[in-house]
Amino acid sequence: MENLLNLAIKSIFVENILLAYFLGMCSYLAVSKRVDTAVGLGLAVIFVMTITCPANWFIYNFLLKDGALSWAGLPDVDLSFLGFIAYIATIATMVQIVEMAVDKFSRKLYTALGIFLPLIAVNCAILGASLFLVEREYSLAESTVFGAASGAGWMLAIVAMAAIRQKIRYSNVPAPLRGLGITMILTGLIAIAFMCFSGISL
Amino acid sequence: MSGFILSKMEKRTVVDPMWDNNPISLQVLGICSALAVTVKLDTALVMSLAVIFVLTMSNVAVSILRNFIPSKIRILIFLSVIATLVILTDQILKAVVYDISKQLSVFVGLIITNCIILGRAEAFASANPPWPSFLDGLGNGLGYAWILMVVAFFRELFGSGTLFGLRIIPQALYNIGYVDVGLMVLAPGAFLLLGIIIWVQRAISRQVEE
Repeated sequence: MENLLNLAIKSIFVENILLAYFLGMCSYLAVSKRVDTAVGLGLAVIFVMTITCPANWFIYNFLLKDGALSWAGLPDVDLSFLGFIAYIATIATMVQIVEMAVDKFSRKLYTALGIFLPLIAVNCAILGASLFLVEREYSLAESTVFGAASGAGWMLAIVAMAAIRQKIRYSNVPAPLRGLGITMILTGLIAIAFMCFSGISL
Repeated sequence: MSGFILSKMEKRTVVDPMWDNNPISLQVLGICSALAVTVKLDTALVMSLAVIFVLTMSNVAVSILRNFIPSKIRILIFLSVIATLVILTDQILKAVVYDISKQLSVFVGLIITNCIILGRAEAFASANPPWPSFLDGLGNGLGYAWILMVVAFFRELFGSGTLFGLRIIPQALYNIGYVDVGLMVLAPGAFLLLGIIIWVQRAISRQVEE
């Protein structure tokens, strides 16, 4: 239990998936102009990551890993090279299923998240988390916590940035630096702030 | 199309993404890997080559298939084309440059979700014949590569005093108290450096975002 809590704190603050691993930058830059849309996308990312991480854990451990197919009587088969295509297919399918389920059960949530869900299939944070959990050999519980916490860390970063960008509209930024340039520099400063957390030993 | 001489139109397709319509600094695509793999020049170079390869081949493949792809499931089809090419690249890298492929870790796999590739497939290759798509892939790949190399150049030079692993800043300088800039190796250095490069690039090309 304690180790899961540590993993969660580590993935939200110390090794923030966006600020330390640079994952999910594209949608972070594109959707961080307003706080309410940033919150919507952040929630959608947490939601999808909490589902896809354990799903990809199952796929890796019961289908792809060296010797994983022994339950089907094929102990010598190693399909790990198919990893990338399997994970991205799972993510794309999950996003589609989640979209349909949300549409069916909660109209309100659907109108809030709706436009962001298709965007998520190509958010590298989600594929990245699946690749990290394979590389670091997490267990099922660890994978789920890692997925949810990484999503939360990503949401924290995008909401913080959206809040700053709403304020910065009133500042006199040099013309060529406006938009992307100043956003990158601000992200750098946020990343420096987050580095304070790396002193915490868990 | 006459042999190796490109028509004016085709030349534009290649040259435009290098400067006026650069994928990183102006189209805002593919930023993640630009930051993550640029601590050293050699990883940046391998990553650039991998992206140029995947981008060119996926553009050609999507362009050949463009009349057979139903538009409703096109994203899924693009993704499987790209994923197949990335698996191929990953296996080649593991066989040829194993050490560097270990350092790149998950970022080779993340070429799949690199927005440049999907973006160009969607914006260009799905509406143009194979040859221009090939050139578009090449041009965007090169435009991505040079920014990557510039970022990696500064990060390696100031972060560890080397270029391609060779010592550039002489030992004598360290003896009189020069210290490597640790920030350059860490994440914030990459963000700040890319911000400044975008600033310079946009100031010269006079592109302003409102």
